[in-house]
Amino acid sequence: MSTPLVRVSDLRQHFPVRRGLLRRQVGTVRAVDGVSFDVLDGETLGLVGESGSGKSTTGRAILRLLEPTGGSVTFRGRDLTELEPDVLRALRRDMQMIFQDPYASLNPRVSVGRIVREPLDIHSLGSPEERTTRVAELLDMVGLSPDVVTHYPHEFSGGQRQRIGIARALATSPRFIVADEPISALDVSIQAQIVNLLADLKEALGLTYLFIAHDLAMVRHLSDRVAVMYLGRLVELGTRDDVFGAPLHPYTRALRASIPVADPSRAAARPRPAVEGEPPDPAALPHGCRYHTRCPFATDVCRSAEPEWRDLGTSEAPHMVACHRAEEIA
Amino acid sequence: MASLVVFVLIAAACLAAPVIAPYRFDAIDLRAMSQAPSLHHLMGTDGLGRDLFTRVLYGGRLSILIGLLSAALATGAGTLVGAVAGYYGGFVDSVLMRLTDVAYAIPSLPLLIVLASFTQADATSIAVIIGLLSWMGTARVVRAEVLSLRTTAFVEAARALGASTRRIIGRHILPNAVGPIVVGATLAVGNAIIAESSLSFLGLGVQAPVPTWGNLLQDATSTMATYPWLTIFPGLAILVVVLAVNFLGDGLQDALDPTARSS
Repeated sequence: MSTPLVRVSDLRQHFPVRRGLLRRQVGTVRAVDGVSFDVLDGETLGLVGESGSGKSTTGRAILRLLEPTGGSVTFRGRDLTELEPDVLRALRRDMQMIFQDPYASLNPRVSVGRIVREPLDIHSLGSPEERTTRVAELLDMVGLSPDVVTHYPHEFSGGQRQRIGIARALATSPRFIVADEPISALDVSIQAQIVNLLADLKEALGLTYLFIAHDLAMVRHLSDRVAVMYLGRLVELGTRDDVFGAPLHPYTRALRASIPVADPSRAAARPRPAVEGEPPDPAALPHGCRYHTRCPFATDVCRSAEPEWRDLGTSEAPHMVACHRAEEIA
Repeated sequence: MASLVVFVLIAAACLAAPVIAPYRFDAIDLRAMSQAPSLHHLMGTDGLGRDLFTRVLYGGRLSILIGLLSAALATGAGTLVGAVAGYYGGFVDSVLMRLTDVAYAIPSLPLLIVLASFTQADATSIAVIIGLLSWMGTARVVRAEVLSLRTTAFVEAARALGASTRRIIGRHILPNAVGPIVVGATLAVGNAIIAESSLSFLGLGVQAPVPTWGNLLQDATSTMATYPWLTIFPGLAILVVVLAVNFLGDGLQDALDPTARSS
């Protein structure tokens, strides 16, 4: 559980902002701006952050669904950012994605059977009969009846569609799965089912997840380690208990304070508001620490110098943080 | 469904023209010139006493052939150009779309005339020429459609699965763009039939005395007020076929769309 399956180093994904008749580049959105972390074999790494923090972009850049601007992603010893398209396509067997929107991520004109079968066809896995058997097996694995193969996506509910998406992602028996907010588009009553399904599948198949979410309660429930992202950078990374129990970064503390509490008397006693204001424009990042515009602890240092990414944990459980004042605050 | 029946009936009747037709298509009867429709001549006769019903039947063979063939060509070429331009974007897109603009900007009639004068005026080559001059509209529409489909999550999902570009375009993008493609194709059928008539009128299309609906219509324009049936029947034939093809296109769209299917 300690060897890295995926190593992300200094990953950058910038998008040009073009305006006017000549499509001149007038700026750059630094959606992901120098992110480094490992995903350990067999773990679930939760990646959290508010909308626009770049967490989904990170997930997609790791799988090279985007062409990263810089940095590298090493998967089982190979740098994905340098692979030829054909080699990359073959390698996609081993790394899959579960998408946020179960309505948009299934082709409305393709039957469920063919959706789940497609990865097997693409990678030529097994004979046609074996593929049919495998599709039934996968559907059973995600809790759907094998009879659904002839039906079309629009005949299913959001939760069922997400199960279809999961079956598709599992078809080629991948090791690594990026789950990009797999529950945020679902009804609350369905979310727990899908999260439990993901947990069961991980157990049964020995999967490794990068679980991207903004629902902190779910991340806490599912993750072994948690990474917190803000404006294209990681601000904190550590074990689940460290990050939620003893957060070092003020942003993490603010996020934790925004987790709803079921007990009203405890909720009333909590300091509020948890996170103030809106994040700055990612095309015009603040100088120094990116969080200083919203940070109650900000000093002159924070406004001028970008904080280092340093380890304040132990050798067994590193606890990384990017904050000048982490020791004082914690 | 009814449109399919109508279309098949008309096409079959035209194909079987030699069997069904009461006269030869070029049989001149000087005792029966410009007659109104009657039991002997169901659609009347033209200025040379030729039976219009016979000529409409024979004309349909070429007109339907030209219509379908050139529509198929135009749709195929337009879809290919549009899909490639829309999917790859950037430089490829710019080149292909400027090419489309140029093709649009060339006045098609003079070009048709030039091209037609270099080839023998048989129906197939006319259909090819018309087809190659009418793919631009489809290309633009398909490109626009592909541009929006290419960013959908299910296309991204297919890429994440490792699907090849050809597979993504063929299996995921184009099936979701059939709507505009089919509409373009059905419109192209009617346009091709009319375009052929312009060529015939200029003496570059299918040569007299072989009839097409287009040249029947063209011949009749000068006598429209005195002998209206000569205009009405070929016009009606074109109208019915184009309408049937349009409905056929609608039906095809529904048949290909699982969400429109009643379960």
